[in-house]
Amino acid sequence: MSMLNFLVRRIVYSVFVLLGLSIVIFIIARILPGNPARMAVGERAPQWVVDRITEQMHLNDPLPVQYYYWLRDAVQGDLGLSLVTQRPVWTDIKETFPASVELVALAGLLAAVGGIGLGTLSARYKDTWVDNVVRLFSYAGVVTPSFIFAIFFVLLFGWTLKWFPIIGRLSEGVAAPPLVTGLVTVDALLAGQFGTFLDALRHLVMPAVALAMGPIAQEARITRSSMADNMSKDYIAAERALGISEGTVMGRFLLKPSLIPTVSILGLDIASTFSIAFLVELIFNWPGLARYGMDSMMHKDLNSISAVILVLGAIFVTVNIVVDIIVAQLDPRIRLSAARSE
Amino acid sequence: MAEQATTSQGFATTFTAQQIKQLERQSRRENLGRSWYKFRRNTLSVVGLVAVLVIVLLAIFAPYVTPYPKHAGAFTDFAHAKIPPSLEHPFGTDQIGRDVLTRIIFGLRSSLLMAVVVLALVVPPGVLLGLLAGYFQGTWIDTVIMRITDIFLSVPPLILALAIASVLEPNLWNGMIAVSLMWWPWYTRLVYGLGITLRNEYFVTAAEATGASTWHILFREILPNTVSPILTKMSLDVAWVIIIGAMLSFVGLGVQAPEASLGTMVSDGAKYLPDQWWIAVFPALAIVVVVLGFNLLGDGVRDMFAAEEI
Repeated sequence: MSMLNFLVRRIVYSVFVLLGLSIVIFIIARILPGNPARMAVGERAPQWVVDRITEQMHLNDPLPVQYYYWLRDAVQGDLGLSLVTQRPVWTDIKETFPASVELVALAGLLAAVGGIGLGTLSARYKDTWVDNVVRLFSYAGVVTPSFIFAIFFVLLFGWTLKWFPIIGRLSEGVAAPPLVTGLVTVDALLAGQFGTFLDALRHLVMPAVALAMGPIAQEARITRSSMADNMSKDYIAAERALGISEGTVMGRFLLKPSLIPTVSILGLDIASTFSIAFLVELIFNWPGLARYGMDSMMHKDLNSISAVILVLGAIFVTVNIVVDIIVAQLDPRIRLSAARSE
Repeated sequence: MAEQATTSQGFATTFTAQQIKQLERQSRRENLGRSWYKFRRNTLSVVGLVAVLVIVLLAIFAPYVTPYPKHAGAFTDFAHAKIPPSLEHPFGTDQIGRDVLTRIIFGLRSSLLMAVVVLALVVPPGVLLGLLAGYFQGTWIDTVIMRITDIFLSVPPLILALAIASVLEPNLWNGMIAVSLMWWPWYTRLVYGLGITLRNEYFVTAAEATGASTWHILFREILPNTVSPILTKMSLDVAWVIIIGAMLSFVGLGVQAPEASLGTMVSDGAKYLPDQWWIAVFPALAIVVVVLGFNLLGDGVRDMFAAEEI
């Protein structure tokens, strides 16, 4: 299948998956006990207001009709009003999303560099103390949930050693740089405010590392075992026999094919980081999408919950497509197929 | 009644039904012995097994082994609040004077209960759907089941579990339902992947040729060959379910106060960092230990079923 053909089929398929997801979300939101109209206007609103909202939200129509209206609005970018902020949900998402992206991007970078680096190191010095230390670290990283890392980091590096600030994106008294991308670090650099950049970076470190610990460990394990598998292949022995230096063998010929499983898992890990961030953003009071989603869940704010899940679902399917393309680039033997489970 | 069978020397001999039963029993015993050997070969698996046994026993006998069983529920003793770890309270006391160690051991109960209930709710339907979709690969049954599975797999399980738990009344049971609704697709996909290969095996074709019922083929021919991967996944999933359960209760969507749960203890205790660090740190460590124990055990189970590698 050609790349273009593959892309078109995967995108069409993903759209259907997202439509399915929207149905699931819609059902969850509607089977909820209680009247959504009453919840939208609050306990003390008079009955006629509730009736009007019921009419507006098409709550008297059968469910499929309600879904049609909901979907029609959603496609046009109208995801309804948030009960908590009283603003359009879409505005809220646009505002909180960059903070999460900044966090996940750094976490993803750390996971890629740290995971592949540690994994390579471990495979290069297999069965030595280096390998053992990395494997021990990997095990700890895989079994410890990120919110527990976050708590330990806050206690150790935040409170005790005071190396890093523990809440928010910028210190008090530091003015936010002019809004361009929404990523504070990038905006600060664009505005040439180097001090602000450093401050933002210091705020990013702990939550990003807490989020990255699991993926780093996971990627290190996978890279190690995949390199160890390939290490015993004939072509590696042939290259060594030809007198090619160990560094070149490892870096050029062994690493690339060994990265295939790592890249697949790394992609999924980065996409899942957006959802794991729910707890980490809560702990660090990070004003991101996950924090917003958490707040809306606490207030049973259905419009916001649905929107956040849809956005995360869209990220997940997009990342899956990107991962498949990268893996196909790394491994020419892989034939692209439209659906994952086929 | 006699049947033809072949001995290990290759000679055809005649066995009575009873002898065949006995041979079957013997080979089963040998298989078990081999599996146990593969399991205990790795010291870490044995460590995991012991840890899990200790955890389970502690949870079951919590009222008898804990120093202050009354502290498991709504108990307050402000005179003894926030006491640092000491001989009387090895892990200290919390903000309202309850023994942290006692509450951790009681907290194990909800973690384990969650894992058991979720897996019990998730595995049968997940496996059944996977069997059906795999056996009827290429038909509308496959399409419907696997496309729905894809939809559920298109978002990380944590978010939908959080969302479902948040729209329901927050408590342990609804938390379990929320996690279960998200977890079955993993089993469906696992069994589906195995099923589409197994359906072309000779023993399945043979059963079809003799006119065996679909029920017989699904449950007697295909299912037994999927048991080891399913058990392996289950043993590794226990740790994941416990983590997700801890996450749910951490954000207040799982076990409700005053009942003890590890996640709630961490989130409540986090408010008293850094001065009363023990209130949050010990429950957090407990989560790590529990998850580590189940992970080591799970790895052991995987080794046990893994084909012999050199």
